Amino acid sequence: METLKEKNKDAKKTTAMKVSGAEAIIHCLLAEGVDILYGYPGGAIMPVYDELYKFQDKLTHILTRHEQGATHAAQGFARVTGRVGVAMATSGPGATNLVTGLADAQIDSTPMVCITGQVTRHLLGSDAFQETDIIGISTPVTKWNYQITKAEEIPEILAKAFYIARSGRPGPVLVDITKNAQFDELDFSYEHCTGIRSYNPVPKPNTEAIDAAAKLINEAKKPMIVFGQGVILGQAEDELKELIEKSGIPAAWTILGLSALDSDHPLNVGMVGMHGNYAPNMLTNECDVLIAIGMRFDDRVTGNLDTYAKQAKVIHFEIDPAEINKNVTADVAVLGNSKETLGMILPKIKENKHEAWHNEFKKRYKIEFDAVIKDELHPTKEGMTMAEVINEINTASGHKAVIVSDVGQHQMIACRYSKFKQSKSNITSGGLGTMGFALPAAIGAKMGAMDREVVAIIGDGGYQMTIQELGTIFQNKTPVKIVVLNNEHLGMVRQWQELFFESRYASTVMSNPNFVKIAEGYDITAKKITDRKDLKATIAEMLASKDAYFLEVRVEKEDNVFPMIPSGASVSDIRLK
Amino acid sequence: MKKEWFTISVYAENNVGLLNRISGIFLKRHINIESLNVSKSEIENVSKFTIVVNTTEDWTRKIVQQIEKQIEVIKAFFHDDDEIIYQESALFKVASHLLFDERQIQNIIKESNSQIVTVSRDFFVLAKSGRRHEIDEMHEALLPYGIMQFVRSGRIAVSKAEMPISKLLKNFYQD
Ligand SMILES: Cc1ncc(C[n+]2csc(CCOP(=O)(O)OP(=O)(O)O)c2C)c(N)n1
Repeated sequence: METLKEKNKDAKKTTAMKVSGAEAIIHCLLAEGVDILYGYPGGAIMPVYDELYKFQDKLTHILTRHEQGATHAAQGFARVTGRVGVAMATSGPGATNLVTGLADAQIDSTPMVCITGQVTRHLLGSDAFQETDIIGISTPVTKWNYQITKAEEIPEILAKAFYIARSGRPGPVLVDITKNAQFDELDFSYEHCTGIRSYNPVPKPNTEAIDAAAKLINEAKKPMIVFGQGVILGQAEDELKELIEKSGIPAAWTILGLSALDSDHPLNVGMVGMHGNYAPNMLTNECDVLIAIGMRFDDRVTGNLDTYAKQAKVIHFEIDPAEINKNVTADVAVLGNSKETLGMILPKIKENKHEAWHNEFKKRYKIEFDAVIKDELHPTKEGMTMAEVINEINTASGHKAVIVSDVGQHQMIACRYSKFKQSKSNITSGGLGTMGFALPAAIGAKMGAMDREVVAIIGDGGYQMTIQELGTIFQNKTPVKIVVLNNEHLGMVRQWQELFFESRYASTVMSNPNFVKIAEGYDITAKKITDRKDLKATIAEMLASKDAYFLEVRVEKEDNVFPMIPSGASVSDIRLK
Repeated sequence: MKKEWFTISVYAENNVGLLNRISGIFLKRHINIESLNVSKSEIENVSKFTIVVNTTEDWTRKIVQQIEKQIEVIKAFFHDDDEIIYQESALFKVASHLLFDERQIQNIIKESNSQIVTVSRDFFVLAKSGRRHEIDEMHEALLPYGIMQFVRSGRIAVSKAEMPISKLLKNFYQD
């Protein structure tokens, strides 16, 4: 964890020099260790692009094909590296195109800094060409935002922006910079931000709360852990594993917590939530102590709050005080960075084995396996299932690939059936559920982890929301693997229509273009398979490819994702069919 | 849970966008701001928002948590009416001839403990500070005679207990 003192140590101040605001922005980015950013130019940000041109040996700018793509690419980069992702856009439409990415990063706590150009200061408020109040628009979807109207503000504000984006519970920051501030000169010197007096990013852990939590855990007969992305963001994977192993407590994860714990760990009992596993959902309502670590009790996780874990004492490990008692009342709240708090509680935890209780999970896994998983992975019907495709990709890549999923049925299947050995390997839009996220996010993820295989799993619907980013892949020769699971429907919505709207398929049937030809138009090797017998070999070919590869798999048109907790139902009312 | 009156006090850095951020938190949850006052506080360069809501304690707490989470907010508190000293003020603009024509007006001024701020040929202005109900009573009393203009401010309040902002800020600079 970064404390103020540690940070002060390397807060070196660069000596003053006279530069334009636009050049100062580049120096700020370099000082923050940025070597890549995603964006799209336009009138109000042109002075900065001119400097990007001059500094292209130090700072790579990736031209996406839409500003939304720039934000998702920056998010993918941030999620795979743990660093701050950077996106840039012009004023007006450029800026408004960032909004979805900002909202996504806000709800999924992704560190991102967006820089937008703005009309020159004296035109503000005059409805000038491409003027839009992006500060007003982005306020609800940013951790912080600020409009710079004077060149001298640039170093301090950008230092603050990066500090806020990455510290505490991370999130997106937008800095809007008027054109005059980009042109004007300033005496540039840079000082990293090490603290803001009104902002306490990491609350100090309270030892009494740690003791109370340890006592509850040690006395529990049927304890269960549910962990979320807070473990990954806090880099507390080792501590989590140690806690689980020492205490013998079964651990389940939220979709954003996935990959923080080895999928094959014997105490990993799967996913909670709407399409999570049967055992952890059912047993949430039977455990006696529920230990929530770095998760926020999202409604997709809890179902009906009135019947959620009412029998259990709840311990909530959390960095953000606003999450405490927001949805679920905590009997013990342990505030702080997860690495620090888990590290503090570990020595107080008694070694234990909860074999009989763990067997309850295994029993229910068997029920789910027989009712759902077996047929999903080894279908007897003719059409392919999404699960068998995911499973093949996963096995063939040795569980080492970064899986970037879009939103819908394929996302739930990707999260349910992918297995991971390494943290930060599952990238998906969890909180916002943004269709169109995966393709650009995969580009950013690949650029953040060039040594890793990155596979995007996308539905035929979501693919067409940001399909233009194939152009980015083409131009940069980004070797991402793209798998479209084509069911010729907006599958997840169709599923709801089938289950809750008497199969009235209003606007969920898709007639799709020739995706292979489209990919080929971008010079990307492309294949479509419709038959199970081609699956293994084609996936092997895709993974062996050194370049980008597009694979379309025709899957069953009207498959449903199960188990499922109908919205508003209790976690223990989870349906197997 | 039952709805009550709560006064939320927010100590924050002076910042243009902050009011927007704070009001957004109420908007999201459909909680009406019954009154809002922004002023300087006892600490230099720190402003104080005083916000009155009528909602449950649980919602008030959640809102305060969200407010406190904003980067520029130093600290936020909430209190029920027993825990604070509070007031509102109001201005009444009334036609001047009434002072001479209507004897009762003089009594209203006296009984309401209000002050005459200014008198001109056409109108005079009464200022009244106090509890909401006192201002309401005065309003009712004057109404039959005609009120040319009326305005009432947001609630301002100080808490009986300490709000240790200086200490908080000092800790920051020492760490
Ligand atoms: C931007 C956006 N618009 C609409 C939705 C609502 N929605 C959720 S899932 C879904 C269907 C997705 O269909 P597809 O991409 O084909 O994936 P599938 O469910 O078939 O796997 C839709 C429309 C959304 N999540 N995001």
